Amino acid sequence: MKQKLPMTAARLSQTFERRTFMLGAIQGGVGLLLATRLGYLAVAENAKYKAASESNRVNLSLIPPRRGWVLDRNGAALASNRADFRVDLIPDRIVDADTTLAKLSGLLDLTPDHIADIKDKIGKSRGFQPVEVASKLEWDKFAAVSVRLPELPGVIPQRGYSRFYPSGAAVGHLVGYVGPASADDYVREHNPLLITPGFKIGKDSLEKAFEVRLRGVPGARRVEATASGKVVRDLGTREDVPGQPIQLTIHAGLQEYAARRIGLESGSVVVMDCLTGDLLAMVSMPCFDPNSFSDGIGRIEWKMLSEDDHVPLRNKVLRGLYPPGSTVKPMVALAFLEAGLDPHAAVNCAGGLRVGNRVFHCWNHHGHGSTDMMKGIYQSCDVYFYHFAQQIGMDKIAAMMRRMGLGQEFPMPYPGQSYGTVPDPAWKLRKYHKEWAVYDTVNATIGQGYMLVNPLQQAVYVSRLASGLKHMPRLLLDRHAPPPPSMGFRQEHLDLIHAAMNEVVNGRGTAGKARLPIPGVQMAGKTGTAQVVGLNIGNGKGGQWKHRDHGHFICFAPFDKPRYACAVAIEHGGGSPAAYPIARDVMTYLFDQTKAMAALDEYERQWGGNLQQRMAAKYAAYAAQYGATAPAAPDDDEASKEVEQDNKPVAEPDSPETDAASPAPEPEPGPAPAPPSPPQPAAQPQTPGATASGASGQ
Amino acid sequence: MMMPRAYVPQALSRQPWQVIIPLTLLTLFGGAVLYSAAGGRWQPWAAMHIIRFFGFLTMAMLIGRVPQEWFKRIAMPGYVVLCVLLVLVELIGRIGGGSQRWLNLGFMTLQPSELMKPGIVLVLAWFYSMLPLNEIRAWRAIVPPLVLLGIPAALVMLQPDLGTALAISFGALVMMFLAGLPMWLFVGGGLAGAIAAPLAFFFLLHDYQRKRVLVFLDPESDPLGSGYHITQSKIAIGSGGFFGKGFGNGSQSHLDYLPESHTDFVFATMAEEWGMLGGLFVLAVFAVVFTWGLKVALRAPDRFSRLLAAGMVTTIFFYVCINMMMVMGLAPVVGIPLPFLSHGGSSMMTNMICIGTIMAVDRWSRPQRGRLA
Repeated sequence: MKQKLPMTAARLSQTFERRTFMLGAIQGGVGLLLATRLGYLAVAENAKYKAASESNRVNLSLIPPRRGWVLDRNGAALASNRADFRVDLIPDRIVDADTTLAKLSGLLDLTPDHIADIKDKIGKSRGFQPVEVASKLEWDKFAAVSVRLPELPGVIPQRGYSRFYPSGAAVGHLVGYVGPASADDYVREHNPLLITPGFKIGKDSLEKAFEVRLRGVPGARRVEATASGKVVRDLGTREDVPGQPIQLTIHAGLQEYAARRIGLESGSVVVMDCLTGDLLAMVSMPCFDPNSFSDGIGRIEWKMLSEDDHVPLRNKVLRGLYPPGSTVKPMVALAFLEAGLDPHAAVNCAGGLRVGNRVFHCWNHHGHGSTDMMKGIYQSCDVYFYHFAQQIGMDKIAAMMRRMGLGQEFPMPYPGQSYGTVPDPAWKLRKYHKEWAVYDTVNATIGQGYMLVNPLQQAVYVSRLASGLKHMPRLLLDRHAPPPPSMGFRQEHLDLIHAAMNEVVNGRGTAGKARLPIPGVQMAGKTGTAQVVGLNIGNGKGGQWKHRDHGHFICFAPFDKPRYACAVAIEHGGGSPAAYPIARDVMTYLFDQTKAMAALDEYERQWGGNLQQRMAAKYAAYAAQYGATAPAAPDDDEASKEVEQDNKPVAEPDSPETDAASPAPEPEPGPAPAPPSPPQPAAQPQTPGATASGASGQ
Repeated sequence: MMMPRAYVPQALSRQPWQVIIPLTLLTLFGGAVLYSAAGGRWQPWAAMHIIRFFGFLTMAMLIGRVPQEWFKRIAMPGYVVLCVLLVLVELIGRIGGGSQRWLNLGFMTLQPSELMKPGIVLVLAWFYSMLPLNEIRAWRAIVPPLVLLGIPAALVMLQPDLGTALAISFGALVMMFLAGLPMWLFVGGGLAGAIAAPLAFFFLLHDYQRKRVLVFLDPESDPLGSGYHITQSKIAIGSGGFFGKGFGNGSQSHLDYLPESHTDFVFATMAEEWGMLGGLFVLAVFAVVFTWGLKVALRAPDRFSRLLAAGMVTTIFFYVCINMMMVMGLAPVVGIPLPFLSHGGSSMMTNMICIGTIMAVDRWSRPQRGRLA
């Protein structure tokens, strides 16, 4: 093919022309390629690049929405928002964390433990997540940071709103708290709002359960900015849309009163409206202060709370499980009545009941003498209940307990209720493969043994018993809710139980000191004392706090026309005397706030200040002792996990009970050895009507 | 053939207006883009750009009157002088500590590597015109040009200026191709290049150049680093759409997202405001210029002028091709400006030298044609 021809000018010229055409063709091809590419970028992909160009041009900074308020039944705020000045850090934008923090601590007077907390958070943060340095700043400090911004890269001072809980710790468990979104939150919901400085999401309880409703829609400030961030002009601001409020059935004043009244004890108070089933108060104390939790949980605060044996992180209303003690007796009696027992049928109590070759003791070893149902309730005679429970049988008693709401989980916007146990023969067989024994009935009728209830169930029980209506505890206010259906009890049965419970307080019963200082209003109630340890370890009244008996009191008022029902449970209070004075004062508050407050002021003087003052003093003591040396507080997720751990319901015992529990002594009205000795209410002299009405009630 | 010809001075009527007018329009268009890029001001770019163009256009017209003999005579000495200047630049840079690409002559800064682009074309056109015809397939047709190319290319790479080194090499290779070297050389060379490229990538390129290549292959891998340039440029071009955002409304350039908005990325600045329509106009003007240039080359009377004209077209083409491919994300970021749109004296001068040379070749062919006719 390839002939070796002599090279001629003509051939070379031909080659040149051919190759020039080739070159031209290549150039044309490149031109076409470029035109196509141009069309692809500018026309086909136009929308994509237009969006990218807009997002370059316009800098959108989100304005966190104001959170919806949490209101009480009268419209008072349980959680609101307060305008404040705050300073945040974006770890990614900090050049030198130590220098920046040193400058900030000089400007803002930060304490060493606070600096240590911030360093922890910077370490744990994912860089783009803002870390709160300080909030609720005075203008002077805020301005001092603002003018030094050029030397503080990564620091963002801004005006905003922060969550405010006017009654502080009193609503901590009820409402929950807020906090900056965690890395997990951001993974779950990839929303830029979550990493906007100053934005907080609900971390617990209602704040968490109603996050969607409370959150609102963020506002935005749009500016045109250069690549280096210099603002060229303002393009406008869109206001935020505040979140929707939620209105609770809670009575804010009552809630706070009850929280304060619990005082130094560890316990809970639940108040329900007997007409509707509305929860008027739901208090578990001691409690963290949601205001300071919402600013971030500091190391000292965490140490203080986690070392407290009164478990302030546990919502005892829903997660505390206790043997109910004698508070079960009214409903056991009701079960007897429904089974056809004549209320006048009596048993002779000589301090114990012999069954076979065993004797089951009454709490009163001297015996109650001839005891019928009335006396059995107001004197809390154990023998009466042992005797007739044998006759009626456990199945009927357990059915009544379940009807009253025990062992039940209620639909509440809180995770993880501990709903306890109502034992019966079938349950025992399933659980332990053992036959039901006599002592099991004995235990159950006095609220010991396997029986475990939570305070909310106690409240539901007493409100159902008081009203004869099938109440479901309601927390969200609904003025148009249908009235609860009847329980189907016979009125004469209820009247008898009510009268017996009235006698407990206003007659010959076990809680004479619980009498209301309100003329014309009589409260009916039932005491309960539940043993924590056997008598071989302690007598339940004094000694080690952990070994003292739990004290219960359930009550309603007025006894003849029930309006309010209340359940008080005091952990290790040394028995019911720790509980019923609290119930009395809380009930008093519902009828006469002045009197109730006067009583509370007296107590708080003895306790060393009100709730905030006592918590502040404790915090100061801890801060002085540990300072920045306290171990780092866990982040929110870890904290909630730890709380979860702490809140695990009391496990049912692995091995079955083998004997009857000896009943804890129900105190007669008289000097009780409860640790915070219930002082004479200051209101006493002004209430001559209390005794008078007590007499007339019987 | 037109009637007015008789009344227009021959010096003017002889000018290739079919090219000068589109080029002037393109430059004025470039001036408008630079005016907008400066935020609606003539300073510092637009006014200078237009003034320079007319200055260099005059220069090109003067070059267009230079006889062929002069070109041939300065080819080799000019080449040597440029090589010496490149060495000088390198030495001054070494002494000054750092890389330097230009010489300060007092009244202007001279970038010898820029002048080397037409310089290499000229010296190779001269070389092949001197080479006896039957030696075109012998080693003598290959080795000396490779040496002629190798010296300046190596010196420019030392600066380091990859873009210019590539431009010089591309010009030289196209000259060798058009001169008629055997085809297998280019096919084989292409294959060898395919093998050598990875080696060069790892051993010859500087870190920042290597990074540019890597980022070009995957711009999203480094959206805020060197991939930033490509990404922002694509955003500017893509967001312009068909009709553009309108004169003075280019947010990418005005808000400093677009790097080098008045030099290397001027096409993106233009496309953002004038859209695809503006881009097609730019492409059309270059098509006119290249078609004219290649036609001049094909009509040229002798081997020297043919090669010279085609080589000059190639030099301008290389600028256009690489720059536009770069701004549209088809080539890695190399510092090559877009002729007649980018602000910058040296590149404008080079391009106008090329245009002027083609005009000269055009002129040499005219009397010949006249004689034949």
